[in-house]
Amino acid sequence: MTLRMAWRNLWRNSRRTMVILTAVAVGVFSMIFIGALMAGVGEQMIRTSIATLVGSLQIHQHGYRDDPVVENTMEDPSEPQAALASVRMPDARWSRRVRVSAVAGNARHSAGVSLVGIEPEREAAVSFIGGAVTEGRGLSPGDPYGILVGRALVGTFETRVGRKLVLMSQAADGEMASRAFTIAGVFRAELEATEKQFVFVSLAAAQEMLGLGEGVSEIAVLLPDGADPDPVARALAAALPERYEILTWRELLPMLTAYIEMNDTFTAIWYLVVFIAMGFGIINTLLMAVFERMREFGLMRALGMTPGGIVREVLVESGLLLAIGMAAGNALAVAAVAAIGENGIDLSAFAAGVEYAGMPRVIYPALSFAGALEANLTVWVLGLIVSLYPALKAARITPVSAMARV
Amino acid sequence: MHLRMAWRNVWRNRRRSLLTMAAIAFACALLVFMLSFQFGAYEAMINTAVKVHTGYFQVQAPGYQEKREVRRVVENPAAVVRCLDTIPDVTAHTFRANAFSLASSEDRTYGISVTGIDPAREPGVSTIQTLVREGMFLEPGDGPAALVGALLARNLRVGVGDDVTLLGQGRDGSIAATVVTVKGTFSSGQDDFDRSALYIPLDYFQELYAMRGAVHEVVGVTPSIWAVPAVERRLAMDLERLSREKKTQPLAVLDWKALMPGLAQGIYLDLVSGLIFYLMLIIVVAFSIMNTFLMAIFERTREFGVLMAMGTTTGRLTRLLLTESMMMTLMGMAAGMLLGSAVTLYFEAVGIDFGSAADILRQYGISGRMHPVLTAPSLLIGPLLVCFITFWAALWPALRVRRLNPVEAMTHV
Repeated sequence: MTLRMAWRNLWRNSRRTMVILTAVAVGVFSMIFIGALMAGVGEQMIRTSIATLVGSLQIHQHGYRDDPVVENTMEDPSEPQAALASVRMPDARWSRRVRVSAVAGNARHSAGVSLVGIEPEREAAVSFIGGAVTEGRGLSPGDPYGILVGRALVGTFETRVGRKLVLMSQAADGEMASRAFTIAGVFRAELEATEKQFVFVSLAAAQEMLGLGEGVSEIAVLLPDGADPDPVARALAAALPERYEILTWRELLPMLTAYIEMNDTFTAIWYLVVFIAMGFGIINTLLMAVFERMREFGLMRALGMTPGGIVREVLVESGLLLAIGMAAGNALAVAAVAAIGENGIDLSAFAAGVEYAGMPRVIYPALSFAGALEANLTVWVLGLIVSLYPALKAARITPVSAMARV
Repeated sequence: MHLRMAWRNVWRNRRRSLLTMAAIAFACALLVFMLSFQFGAYEAMINTAVKVHTGYFQVQAPGYQEKREVRRVVENPAAVVRCLDTIPDVTAHTFRANAFSLASSEDRTYGISVTGIDPAREPGVSTIQTLVREGMFLEPGDGPAALVGALLARNLRVGVGDDVTLLGQGRDGSIAATVVTVKGTFSSGQDDFDRSALYIPLDYFQELYAMRGAVHEVVGVTPSIWAVPAVERRLAMDLERLSREKKTQPLAVLDWKALMPGLAQGIYLDLVSGLIFYLMLIIVVAFSIMNTFLMAIFERTREFGVLMAMGTTTGRLTRLLLTESMMMTLMGMAAGMLLGSAVTLYFEAVGIDFGSAADILRQYGISGRMHPVLTAPSLLIGPLLVCFITFWAALWPALRVRRLNPVEAMTHV
């Protein structure tokens, strides 16, 4: 009964209702859409970082993280490997690596790089490098002299597939070790910085060059999408002696974690700002609707309706108004995300700027149920709270004063 | 008469007009603050970048910016300085030279960039001197001494007084090898930079890398970034004349945007995305207040009928309504600008603490507290945008009165 009355009241002045509905719809649309964009950027940055050698979690020798040098390698990786086998991790993949800083050089150029020794067949399941080789070939297991180099590094070094590249780094015995590799393939990455930073050789070649024997720098573990790395990290820590350190991507990438938190704060502030802008319109519209109908409210009071009943009547009306606006806003946002979702928003025009900020080159909005719910709840709850003001105004009227109004 | 009528009409329904103006004021205040905040951040980023890294502009050999090869040099820097000295807007300049080298301590080796700087003139151009954390800045006459980034020093496990071995390739392809003593360490807060930079005196650099008096960069400073384009044009002309006389390829003049394309584009991207946000916000506000304008007209249909019957043209009614809405907009704008300026000025003085996000901001050159900066553009852009959009929001209701017919309007309840 109340609902039907509220519904009819809404459409008594359909133009006014439409205008305020548009305001609510645009507001809710912008909240959800911008929330989805921010979440999309965040998710892509996490995914890219995890694929760029970080993985879901990593096992190191204690001290490697502060001082990633050859002395801090795990001399015998069989112990952590046994622990990995004992901890139940459905669908998890892992890969061993040697990672040291090195100098790459050819006849005319030299630059500092990270030399990464990988197990090609295992690594393909863990990090981006498996599918990133665009020219030449990938590494074969135990490849003695093949090396994979980023496209950007190939450009600055003025070299190509088949040419030599000399790598120098400190070996386990403290002496400088150097080894000539042949560029087997060229890889591409989301960020140019990645293409300049990493060069990949086979694990065996790196171990031989650096005199490491069976030693590895890190074991990276990739859990299936959406799995929480914390319980696995705890289980591994319990299964391994003290001298190993297990870190999840959140700990390995403190900057990214802080960035995601900053994004979330920003989204929440944006919700509030849009709501305030909308709130003024909602109050004004409801006030007008209430004042027009003061006589009517007086009559209802005279017929025995309580002030509480009138408050409820006005709130139901505004709740209905908000709900319709929200539905339209949600539909718009879902449509927009679906329309953009296919191709994303291409920021290649700002390539250098995107690179500088460490953002993905193409943004795909990520619509999350939680985010949309948060936006809708903000509008709904705050909307009803501000509607209390006109509702109370309407409830305060006495039958006598209302009937006396023109 | 017209204005007085509009003014009185605005105050006929005080609550409604005040709410409408509050909405406009809120949007304006928010935009003033946000734009001041963004501009403040950009300014801090640009200032750090030009003062720590590149200077406002540089003269380099063509192609040096992309390849950074030791052999692409500015052969005769003194001739460039003669050009610079004739341009009044160039307040300071210095020379730098760079070479990729291996830096080794007793137990560590890293590939880094060695930069030769002129200890006497560098402080006039960059803030490196003020970033020294331990030990001292380089001095004129210093020989094999080095100023090392704090993170590089930590990685090499060296402190002030320790030796670092440098191994690189000279301009002529010869091996450049030496031992330098750490005279000081510096910290800019930007990890990538602090991990890979090492400064030695320019004279010593030129000797070590067989530069034969040449340098890689002539770094210049102007009073502000806005003076750069004019200086750049003038300098490019002078350098071209110079190269015609000598029959060589002209040197390249690069401004800070060309030296750091990522920074300039990053700022541009942030500004564009910010404007899209603001536009959405303003549209929400515009719809909110369009209702007020629309309602005011419905309520007054009878009144308009009477006015028209007395001979008022619809054009005049439209003007009256637009005057009313613009009055509200202007008052809202004024209040919003005042409020926005007050909030901005407060935070400009006090600064905003970013807590855990401060680490991220430091990588982009914003250290410590963030200070918004109130400027004429940040004060005006937002409110003018609001004014423009509310005008269109008010126009539609105002034009509706033209459809009124005096007889029907007067009988309207």
